[in-house]
Amino acid sequence: MAAYILPFEKPLLAIQNKIEELRRFSAEQGLTTSHDVAQLEAQLDETRRDLYAQLTPWQKVMVARHPRRPYTRDYITAFVDDFNELHGDRLLSDDHSIVGGLGWIKGRRVMIIGTQKGRDTKSNLDCNFGCPFPEGYRKALRLMRLAAKFSIPILTLIDTPGAFPGIEGEQRHVAEAIAVNLREMFRLPVPILAVVIGEGGSGGALGIGVANRILILEYAYYSVISPEGCAAILWKNRARADKAADALKLTAPDLLELGLVDAIIPEPPGGAHTDPPAIAAQVRDAILKQLDLLAKLSPAQVLEQRYSKFRAMGVFKEGSVPALTPPPIPEDTRP
Amino acid sequence: MTLFGKNKPGLKKARKRDMPDGLWLKCPGCNEMIFREEQEKALRVCPLCGHHFPMNRTERLAMLADPGSFVEWDKDVYSIDFLGFVGEASYQEKLESNRRKTGEVDAVTCGRARLHGRAIALGVMDFAFLGASMGAVVGEKITRLIERGTADRLPVIVVCASGGARMYEGMMSLMQMAKTSGALARHADAGLPYIPVLTHPTTAGVMASFATLGDLILAEPGALIGFAGARVIKETIQQDLPPGFQRPDFLLQHGLLDQIVPRGDLKQRLADLLDFLCGPLTPSEPPSVPV
Repeated sequence: MAAYILPFEKPLLAIQNKIEELRRFSAEQGLTTSHDVAQLEAQLDETRRDLYAQLTPWQKVMVARHPRRPYTRDYITAFVDDFNELHGDRLLSDDHSIVGGLGWIKGRRVMIIGTQKGRDTKSNLDCNFGCPFPEGYRKALRLMRLAAKFSIPILTLIDTPGAFPGIEGEQRHVAEAIAVNLREMFRLPVPILAVVIGEGGSGGALGIGVANRILILEYAYYSVISPEGCAAILWKNRARADKAADALKLTAPDLLELGLVDAIIPEPPGGAHTDPPAIAAQVRDAILKQLDLLAKLSPAQVLEQRYSKFRAMGVFKEGSVPALTPPPIPEDTRP
Repeated sequence: MTLFGKNKPGLKKARKRDMPDGLWLKCPGCNEMIFREEQEKALRVCPLCGHHFPMNRTERLAMLADPGSFVEWDKDVYSIDFLGFVGEASYQEKLESNRRKTGEVDAVTCGRARLHGRAIALGVMDFAFLGASMGAVVGEKITRLIERGTADRLPVIVVCASGGARMYEGMMSLMQMAKTSGALARHADAGLPYIPVLTHPTTAGVMASFATLGDLILAEPGALIGFAGARVIKETIQQDLPPGFQRPDFLLQHGLLDQIVPRGDLKQRLADLLDFLCGPLTPSEPPSVPV
């Protein structure tokens, strides 16, 4: 697969091209240019570091959607031992946009459930571009209940643009599938840990996101609506998604500040896709740390902590409602 | 200014508000002119075709609660613009214009009421206020309604309507879906009934949380009910939607709700269902005593 360059990464491309050129030149002429190459590589690193230190929210959304970003199955391959995939909702089908199964992470039993995107047309058709059908949520709930029955902690990996908006979804009642998951996840007396690894697309993400702890990768996002959808509503123009991304406060640091996530997992400069083994190790270590903390809670405490966590979410005021400022006088009625 | 600008100076569109309240109105269901007073008396239902017009929360409360029985809870919980959200207008401006328009503080009114004598926890959402979108205030008030219902052992009835989560509150609004659903888990565990009544329109975040989690689900005729917006679905699948899509008959056919109940029958139907689920009223709960 050729390198995929995001629009704001153009400065990196120029340096990368120079490096390529030098290498080719030295190979053709039999000259040693390693010193120059090393210099350019240092420059590339520095430029990338600078770029990624000041990404805008919209640029982070682009990184979160990067087609080479590690997906759920990549993490499972990287750090889950003896993964036993389980299939089907027992009602209609097996939705491939949600992957689930049993596995071990450094000797700990875990039920792993995650939304799955594809890398090419074929795999994307297979997993519906990571947009689950109702069956996906019902499969997830079946597996979560199974985990609860055998006291297995649950890990969910979130990376979805949202639940699939289509006729089938409405006919088979995707709203019910999500709502039931929201309610039932409050009833599972085992620890639940959610990690937003890429896109946290609205209700489709929350449908497997009612957890005791919520972690998020540095350049992942979690939003009530896609920036494009928000821009379409506010300005009737999807191209203004960058402005909408600013307004929605959907980045990891914003969500941490609002108390909606518990911790941020740092990514290498350049994003998770530039160093998959490193990010997999980071994610695994963060998961282990949280699982060990949650293991100390009794089942009753697990339930209570989860309820209190979500119960506390909400910013509003209470007391005497401030009086309205007088309405602006329309120009045509002025004397 | 564009060459072919639409907003020519000197030409002003007549605003609806400027027109005097007519004695007659046109029914969008049957296109007939109907007598306004008659429509009001008939719970804002067209006497000719049964079309259900929008109803504000005062009218809904009057329709469902026994006279004088409604005691409002959490009246003074109000929204603030904690994200400093600026779209074509700021969230603060949106809140103020909607307060001005409706005379209400936010999109839901909750409280204790009696329904044919039975004490219930009753919530009524109002689409006129910012599309009855669910922000932190709606989420909090619905959660408190359910929690009080659990504590006082009351059935919970919520008349639902909503365009979805309140975008202006970002992720905080999405999390209200989880919060309200969690409260319903505890209410259900206490063995108490919860019945949502879906009115026009009930969609998105509210539909994917408390509107769908009823022991029984009732809907008003003609209401648009669904998860994704029709426009979004159309854009995604690039096809026209089948007629009647996301309307109550479609939902009933696909097994997504229990009954379509015309407005005029709703109070009695709820009373009958609650009688059946909870048992008839005991003498210790005399209907004549206000709450």
